[in-house]
Amino acid sequence: MTAIFRREFISYFTSPIGYVFLAIFYCAAGFFFTLSSIQQGTTELNTVFSMLMYVLIVLVPILTMRTFSEEKKNKTEQCLLTAPVTLGAIVFGKYLAAFLVYAMGVLITLVFAFIVAAISTPDWLLVFGNILGLILLGSAFISVGVFVSSLTENQVVSAVLSFAIMVILYLFSAIASIIPIDFIAGIFTSLSFLDRYNGFTYGSFDLSNILFFVSVTAAFLFFTVRVLERRRWS
Amino acid sequence: MIEVRNLSKHFGDKKAVDGISFKANDGEILGFLGPNGAGKSTTMNILTGYISSTAGEAVIDGNDILKNPVKAKASIGYLPEQPPLYMDMTVKEYLNFIYDLKKCTMPRNTHIADICRLVKIEDVYKRVIKNLSKGYKQRVGLAQALVGNPNVLILDEPTVGLDPSQIIEIRTLIKKLGRNHTVILSSHILSEVQAVCDKIVVINQGKIVADDTAEHLSSSLSGEHKLSVKIDGPAKEVMELIETIQGVKSVTLVAERESYSEFTIESEEDADIRRELFSRMAGRNWYIIELKTSELSLEDIFLRLTMGEKIKLKGGKE
Repeated sequence: MTAIFRREFISYFTSPIGYVFLAIFYCAAGFFFTLSSIQQGTTELNTVFSMLMYVLIVLVPILTMRTFSEEKKNKTEQCLLTAPVTLGAIVFGKYLAAFLVYAMGVLITLVFAFIVAAISTPDWLLVFGNILGLILLGSAFISVGVFVSSLTENQVVSAVLSFAIMVILYLFSAIASIIPIDFIAGIFTSLSFLDRYNGFTYGSFDLSNILFFVSVTAAFLFFTVRVLERRRWS
Repeated sequence: MIEVRNLSKHFGDKKAVDGISFKANDGEILGFLGPNGAGKSTTMNILTGYISSTAGEAVIDGNDILKNPVKAKASIGYLPEQPPLYMDMTVKEYLNFIYDLKKCTMPRNTHIADICRLVKIEDVYKRVIKNLSKGYKQRVGLAQALVGNPNVLILDEPTVGLDPSQIIEIRTLIKKLGRNHTVILSSHILSEVQAVCDKIVVINQGKIVADDTAEHLSSSLSGEHKLSVKIDGPAKEVMELIETIQGVKSVTLVAERESYSEFTIESEEDADIRRELFSRMAGRNWYIIELKTSELSLEDIFLRLTMGEKIKLKGGKE
């Protein structure tokens, strides 16, 4: 797994993808920080964090589009799948590399917190809660993206499809509000990425939200393993 | 050691591999011969665990590839049809990655250096794979298979894309490797398989049509009972005379030129009419300008092995 993780992580930076992701992420985060904290003269970072969800929906597909698509297209997956490693290790190694690049992006919010700290005292607990929320949300999105990437050998299809799925996941609470049947609406609400993530940005530290994102990550990684497994059998 | 029993793979309705069985012992080079689409690559992909079989089993060094995949894969080095190279890595980075991927325990630098020397890629060691020529890419692919010194080597058309001198080099290398590895190599070139392999399995449309040692197979398939001759003499009379030789089944006049006529002679399977032909022609003062056993192309072999004309392979199966 470490071999796959290392190769994958390095390849983000031998290709432009890693740089593009980080640059756009830093720009967008910086823009929202300037707009919602500095301009408003507030120490609150909540708005920055809630805006970053939209940035993720656009950027995570770029980060994950090639994970399996490219390997399939170039037939390099043959090398991974015939090596003495389990499918789980392959999938997890790739996920972890994408996650680490993403985490490098998220760390910029710590810089914002320090900037705020230089002027006044930020609510550190809230800041760390927000960062944790952002990391968990990104982790779930990355795992969805990795899964979609395993479905196609076309990177563009992979990116567009991931984007569409993430938008739908984002819209779950909106969908819930137009469904008249309470039971079904309830299901959508409880699966809503937006509601659960906003929980973090409001400063509520709910274990069920943490478990939700961890479970989504695990579930989609598991689905990815199944897709790879199924492909061998078809 | 590789043991394959009743292996089948169906893609929908298509039977890509249909109940094949064979065995390759330690220190043996097994040639897998067949036309394109015969099921060679599919079989190799099953053996290496890249795809799974529909039925049957493949056992590598005592480990079933489906039941015990990680252990079985650890003893395989695989060079697929298209070498699985990461184009944006250098040869050095790539081989080190493979070394880590296979969880090798040998001293890293000497092991990789040995392999590079063996397949002659030292001079491109620090170059990006994307920029290498096809021959070099193929050799990097072979190097990749050799990392970790696995017991079993599975090579899918290893000489494709190489120039003639490289082909000879690689064949010599495979022969050398065959002394202490089990090697399965696929090809659609008969002479290549004959030159390198101890044992040949001929496969067509997913089925094994012949499984024998290289010598047996080549002697039974060499077409010694089909001769092509050029004789300087009156075509009609020459033909009549040849027909009287014992063992001759048929004679056909292929071409009549000013200075010679060309014939194809088919004889009984166990008859060798070459000496008799010579003395008869000499007796009449007609000159044999050329005499050769007609080479069977792979297509001919498949026709012979599959289209009813079942030849008996000495000591082997049909």
